[in-house]
Amino acid sequence: MGLTLPILILAIPFTMFLILGLGGVKMSHKLAGILGILGNGTLAVIAYIVAFTYFFSGDPEFIVDGVRQQVQLFDVTWLAFTDRMVVNIGFLLDPICAMMLVVITTISFMVHLYSWGYMEGEKGFQRYYAFLALFTFSMLGLVVATNIFQMYIFWELVGVSSYLLIGFFYKLPSAVSASKKAFIVTRFADLFMLIGILLLSYYVSSTPADGVLGGASAFNFLMLNAQPIAVLQSTVGATFMGASVLTWAMVLIFVGGMGKSAMMPLHIWLPDAMEGPTPVSALIHAATMVVAGVYLVARFFPMFCIVPDSLTFICVVGAITAFYAAVVACAQIDIKRILAFSTISQIAFMMVALGCAYNEPVEGVHYSGLGYMAGMFHLFTHAMFKALLFLGAGCLIHAVHSNNYTEMGGLRKYMPICHWTFLIGCLAIAGIWPLSGFFSKDEMLAAMFSRHWFWGAWMTMVAGLTAFYMFRMYFLVFWWEENPKYKHEGHKPHDAPWQMSLPLIILAAVSCVAGFIPFGELVTFNGEPYHIHIEGSVAATSLTVAVLAIALATIMYAKKNPWPERVKNFWPSLWRAANRRFYWDEIYMFITHKFIFNIICKSIAWFDRHIIDGTMDGLAAVTQWTSVKIKGMQSGSAQSYVIWYFFGAVVLAAITWICIL
Amino acid sequence: MDLTMLWYLVPSVVMFAAGVYGFCTRKNMIALLISLELVLNAADLNFVVFNRFLFPDSMEGMVFTLFAIAIAAAETAIAIAIIINIYREVGNTDINSVKQMKF
Repeated sequence: MGLTLPILILAIPFTMFLILGLGGVKMSHKLAGILGILGNGTLAVIAYIVAFTYFFSGDPEFIVDGVRQQVQLFDVTWLAFTDRMVVNIGFLLDPICAMMLVVITTISFMVHLYSWGYMEGEKGFQRYYAFLALFTFSMLGLVVATNIFQMYIFWELVGVSSYLLIGFFYKLPSAVSASKKAFIVTRFADLFMLIGILLLSYYVSSTPADGVLGGASAFNFLMLNAQPIAVLQSTVGATFMGASVLTWAMVLIFVGGMGKSAMMPLHIWLPDAMEGPTPVSALIHAATMVVAGVYLVARFFPMFCIVPDSLTFICVVGAITAFYAAVVACAQIDIKRILAFSTISQIAFMMVALGCAYNEPVEGVHYSGLGYMAGMFHLFTHAMFKALLFLGAGCLIHAVHSNNYTEMGGLRKYMPICHWTFLIGCLAIAGIWPLSGFFSKDEMLAAMFSRHWFWGAWMTMVAGLTAFYMFRMYFLVFWWEENPKYKHEGHKPHDAPWQMSLPLIILAAVSCVAGFIPFGELVTFNGEPYHIHIEGSVAATSLTVAVLAIALATIMYAKKNPWPERVKNFWPSLWRAANRRFYWDEIYMFITHKFIFNIICKSIAWFDRHIIDGTMDGLAAVTQWTSVKIKGMQSGSAQSYVIWYFFGAVVLAAITWICIL
Repeated sequence: MDLTMLWYLVPSVVMFAAGVYGFCTRKNMIALLISLELVLNAADLNFVVFNRFLFPDSMEGMVFTLFAIAIAAAETAIAIAIIINIYREVGNTDINSVKQMKF
């Protein structure tokens, strides 16, 4: 494969960002929208060509003896700090990267098209499209990174574009504070990631194990992943608090992923990020950016495997987050918040799946890399149906002008397209055969059961909760009781224009068939194809749990009845706690305001005001006092100056005279 | 009685001292200017005398003096112009009436 297509993949969105960002003010909304959609459509086509060439061409560059290769299409030196510390920039093509290219460009194109209808007439329409292009550019740069330093740069860039898009309605104080919160929380996590990167590169480049590591390879994914043993040896001996440096480095790098992927306890920014326009939530906060953490773990998988403690850590964090987010989602009123918590829960699902994978054959385990494959599969299918659900929620909000399901109810008659596509999305995320979510979730659960029965059982319970809260929302929005406002008011909710409905239909179609993609043949941890087969017992269990949960939701919410209130009042404090997200925001508020601001920041402010400012003020005061005291000497009488000068000259002459003698 | 260097230097010192004394004591700016000229001429005289007695083969001291006289003339012109302007402003030529010039 030549260099043209890979370079175009990065150049097109960046150029679109420049054109729309710089020239946008001069354009009409229509022109900006068409430019954005056309640019992104071209980008999607190119990305498809690259991905299809990679997967299906059979080119020996990409596949050797049936094993898919990781290929660096180009990798040039960018910053050479020292001969040991070199940063490259390049384009790495491998199965997960090709898969992500497809996901990002597809969802991005759908969102571009959808936004044309959703954002119609909004002030700053061109700016919105420019930011979308910037995000697409950053995300593509992230997934094609050849080394962790390049990844880190784009990692920050997606953070910036997420910040810009959450704060798109910059006149709303809630949007502004949400964007700041998202940026600060993820940035805080990225600090740990940077420490992890520096630890890793320091140890790897300072002790080249066999002459291969060091230099640019200290950052390079292929070099690190090819020789995890050498990396481990180069860090042997250095331990901190009972864990090896490599464990610390990998855990710290994962903390960066926790921030971006909204794992507990760094999840607090994602629900607030729903203040952004809904298509943005679909693109960034459901399908692409928030899975960057999962992608990071997959990218560094061999390195995580060499320190199994870090994989266990990933598992624990993921399992707790998945359960927590699922419980919270059951008690939210805002439909976008429900979807946000559902996203957190599903991403945690992928994390647990990755944490349950091995990279070498293990006795008693049918296929050791199943968790890796399943996690990536779920990333793919989840991106499609979660984007569908968010875009559907956008249609609902567009029609009802409210985020809360209490303002909805009985909408199925008014919005048939939205209703059917939303139902497909809900069935997919609940894991009902034959929709895509069933296949990926089944593989994930099989992987978890193969690691330990506890992970499998725990996550099956979470899957049941997922089905319950999704159908709770579905019924409350589309069934329950028709909102009386629709009858009396002239304005009846109706389906959205074609620009908004078309993406829904496309994504629903993809969600229906994506499960039949032979994903194991395409994306595995070592490039060798794996033939997916449904494990009967796991599939039956998860399907039963999902159906039971849906049945429960149907009984409770299909028609207006007093049961939900009774259940809620059975233990009201639990409901309130779940509704307040178990007070995580309050805990953060307490820590930041009461502890950090009050104790640390106040003392620092005191030091600044009294010691540093005091020193400077003191200098000024002394100078002023001196000048007041001596200003009488400047009389203005020229003759007195002459006399002083004369006597001064005489004294100097006398001194000189004495010295000479 | 030989005409030694001292015969020239003593009047020069007297002129210089008289100039400094006059500059410090007189109030009239014209008188100040005259005192200044005395100081300057004492210095010119020293130039010529030292050149004549110590380096009789060279001419630098004389040439410097000629330049100094020309420049002194120009300075005098400027000084008188300033004094005339001050006179127009304040009505006299007393040096103490322009104390606010320090600002």
